[in-house]
Amino acid sequence: MVELFVFAVAGAVCLGGAVGVVASRNPVHAALSLVATLFGIAVLFVAQEANFLAAVQVIVYAGAIVVLFLFVIMFLGVDKAEDLRVEPLGGQRIAAGVIGAGVVALVIAALASTDWEATGVTSGVGKLAKEGTYDIDNLSEALFTRYLFAFELTSVLLLIAVVGAVVMSRRVRKADEIVDPGQEERAEEIAERIARAESRAHVFDEDGTPAAREESEASEDQEVPV
Amino acid sequence: MLAETLHVTPAWYLVLGSLLFGIGAVGLLVRRNPLVMFMCIELMLNAVTLTFVTFSRMLDDIGGQTVVVFVLVVAAAEVVVGLGIIVALLRKRPEATADDLALLEG
Repeated sequence: MVELFVFAVAGAVCLGGAVGVVASRNPVHAALSLVATLFGIAVLFVAQEANFLAAVQVIVYAGAIVVLFLFVIMFLGVDKAEDLRVEPLGGQRIAAGVIGAGVVALVIAALASTDWEATGVTSGVGKLAKEGTYDIDNLSEALFTRYLFAFELTSVLLLIAVVGAVVMSRRVRKADEIVDPGQEERAEEIAERIARAESRAHVFDEDGTPAAREESEASEDQEVPV
Repeated sequence: MLAETLHVTPAWYLVLGSLLFGIGAVGLLVRRNPLVMFMCIELMLNAVTLTFVTFSRMLDDIGGQTVVVFVLVVAAAEVVVGLGIIVALLRKRPEATADDLALLEG
């Protein structure tokens, strides 16, 4: 009876949030509806004895991914309501609804035809719960023995994703647009040094003044940062 | 009899998962805002993870939960790269929709 109550509430939250994601006019509302769905799924994870995954679901999805979405929405200033009444392609919504209903019907029919067991084949990695252990014990054992190589590969994947994100979101600017905060100070310093060098050139080499000036101008060209 | 019919079976979770997947698929086809389309993909991924966890309990097998861990990692990496692309796109054209993705060419 308790499980029924949990399932009913969490399932309703999930479905409501999912509809909210699709039907919200404002992207911020869609992101917040997504949080509702993710929390509902975390509750359903707990109801199915996947406590560790429920915690990870809340931390990673609701805590990191949706926050990242909200950051992008706020940062780019695209949090404006869009008009959903416009349908650029004629009949697209009806076609999408038919396709979606077809996908759901196909999945449910396939499951029902096997008496809700699918193939019923286990992976042979291990049991969900042994005597006196919890899901996290068995999950970590499977991850760090049988799936160790795949687990290490995911770290490489994350590294690639980080590098890719930095490269893509970097703003490439032309050289003349770059503002160097210390440029004026350095230019003053260089001018001072040139003046000193010129005065010394006057003292030690009176005939070579034009040559010394040319040299100092050349050094100025080199040292001024672009 | 009533308690028996109201007993929550794994089938209920599977039906819920397929419904969530369907809603996500419809949203992906209908919406034109690239950010919302991305959220619909997350919705579909979550529907699949719910199914994996359900099968994991149904068959008393830890393999399903292991797959969910990998799905989470891949989803995180996907979101990072995808949002990088969307930021690069929307910075150029803040009102860009899925129809304007030809902007990414060259």
